[in-house]
Amino acid sequence: MHIPDGYLSPATCAALYGGAAPFWYVALQRVRKALHTRLVPLLSLSAAFCFVIMMFNLPLPGGTTGHAVGIGLATVVLGPWAAMLAVSIAIVIQALFFGDGGITAIGANCFNMAIAGSLVAYAVYRAIAGGAALTSSRRVVAAGLAGYTAINVSALLAAIEFGLQPVFYRDAAGAPLYCPYPLSIAIPAMMIGHLTVAGLAELFVSAGVVAFLQQSDTSLLRGTSGLTGKLVEAESFAGRRALRPLWLGLGALMILTPLGILAGGAAWGEWVTSDYADPAVRQQIAASSLNQPLPVRAPEGLERLSAVWTAPFAQYAPPYVRSRGFGYLLSAMFGVGLVMLGSLAAGKLLRAYNRAPGETAGP
Amino acid sequence: MSGSHGKRRGFVERTIHGLYAAIERALYADTLALRRGILQGLDPRVKLAGLLALILAAALSAKLWIIALILAVAVSLAGLSGIPVSLVAPVWLSALTFTGTIAAPAIFLTPGNTIYRVPLVDWNVTAQGVTTALYLILRVEASATLALLLVFTTPWTHVLKALRVFRVPVVFVVVLGMTFRYILLLLETAREMFESRQSRTVGKLSGSDSRRLAISSGGVLIAKAFQLSGEVFLAMQARGFRGEVYVLDEFRMKSRDWAALALFAGVAGGAVWAGR
Repeated sequence: MHIPDGYLSPATCAALYGGAAPFWYVALQRVRKALHTRLVPLLSLSAAFCFVIMMFNLPLPGGTTGHAVGIGLATVVLGPWAAMLAVSIAIVIQALFFGDGGITAIGANCFNMAIAGSLVAYAVYRAIAGGAALTSSRRVVAAGLAGYTAINVSALLAAIEFGLQPVFYRDAAGAPLYCPYPLSIAIPAMMIGHLTVAGLAELFVSAGVVAFLQQSDTSLLRGTSGLTGKLVEAESFAGRRALRPLWLGLGALMILTPLGILAGGAAWGEWVTSDYADPAVRQQIAASSLNQPLPVRAPEGLERLSAVWTAPFAQYAPPYVRSRGFGYLLSAMFGVGLVMLGSLAAGKLLRAYNRAPGETAGP
Repeated sequence: MSGSHGKRRGFVERTIHGLYAAIERALYADTLALRRGILQGLDPRVKLAGLLALILAAALSAKLWIIALILAVAVSLAGLSGIPVSLVAPVWLSALTFTGTIAAPAIFLTPGNTIYRVPLVDWNVTAQGVTTALYLILRVEASATLALLLVFTTPWTHVLKALRVFRVPVVFVVVLGMTFRYILLLLETAREMFESRQSRTVGKLSGSDSRRLAISSGGVLIAKAFQLSGEVFLAMQARGFRGEVYVLDEFRMKSRDWAALALFAGVAGGAVWAGR
């Protein structure tokens, strides 16, 4: 899971450092605000704990062993932002002083495990644990599944990063310069090990330690439980809860997007210039247009304007993804992500706009 | 520990061994950093910048011989800095075993010009496959050796302070330093917990018992870490800590540091240029 130096291109590493930086910044601001002077010792001890827990090689059912990263556990105890920082610091120390994971790949490892991992773990934990009591077994299940999902999402991200390397980086003779395996090999190779061994180790550590803390020290589980926040926080949680069916529906729709492949032909009016040259498609267009005669060739304006912009995910099939179904899913994820980002930005702007007059009208 | 030689070690022994090895490595690195050698005498900032530049040059190169050359430079620096082969060899071997296992299938799976057909199984070895496997292995070996040079020739406190060259925020440098110190303490605590359990155990623990032991040790450790962070905070506050952190900048560049910096820049820059 810890990507060593040499597996990812410097450009990929730089992009992932860039991707991780805003999260580190926001996390530091939030944690500093919450902890103030306690920040340094708490973060240091938490990071030291994350480091040590990563060294526990857990015996698993079936005779094998696996070591956990502790993302699920760190998130349940510290919350996503502090966990993000603590796991990142543990990763930096592992890379710098213990040779575990590459120095150029610190950004990638932090992005996959610390950032994506803790956000996913937190979402899963809160969604499953709901408003259950601190000592409820539901919280144990929630923590286990949070760890399991987080480590698998991290592994999937690493696999995608690996799989993109041979697409973009080859030498003059065509030999891949970094990780040589395409997505079709990298994803199953990474996921088989993580869905089984590493995922189980993470599940056992997260669920087991939460069960242990329920017996010995529940105060450590209070922070992320959602039970102790202020009224505003509780209300916002309730609001989020009301939205939960929508999120679930959106997730289900995204997973079902590859069904779109089953539909034959092009949607009416969404033809491309090459459709006019294909006799079979011409017949389909005519049949669906009350048998109106088609122009012999594609309209000139359509030809001219369609060359202006080539979409990165044209036809919902990114050129570097071989599986059409996965390409559809990836396009759906990308599209939904963009819409969400746009909505968040618009919401933030609106809030800022609405707040501004009130602030100036104050005494 | 010696009693376990020749036998297959159980979970507790393996964990103790792993924790002990980590503590030993961290402490030995500091001892080695105090020896006399070509890299030990340099300013930590020059070392950090220079060795990272070489790692980056190895990552950027699209020519095998350049990466091999960087590996040769790293090995020579290890020799000149008095780093024993017994310390470097396990790192090379583990990098070779791990990356070799990952890279080996690429020899057959990478499409390209066939240079050999394996009899019986009819697998094609391609020139591009061999090249890509060599890229991966050489890059990993070169980077691992360079990273090891940094840690084994510089006290860890200096490595952390040198991070300020890259504008790493002071708070991170301080947290990294404290984390490193408490890692040693928590490793020692974990080792003691496992050792005390081992001393009370007759025979071999079952899988589920081992799992329970690991999980309860993790639980105790996280509770201890939190308790300790509270105590450390109070101790820091008692000494006047109000949330602001400062790092003393005691490094001074000498003429040989400037010369070394120029040399590192020349070698790394040349490698990037030649490896395009």
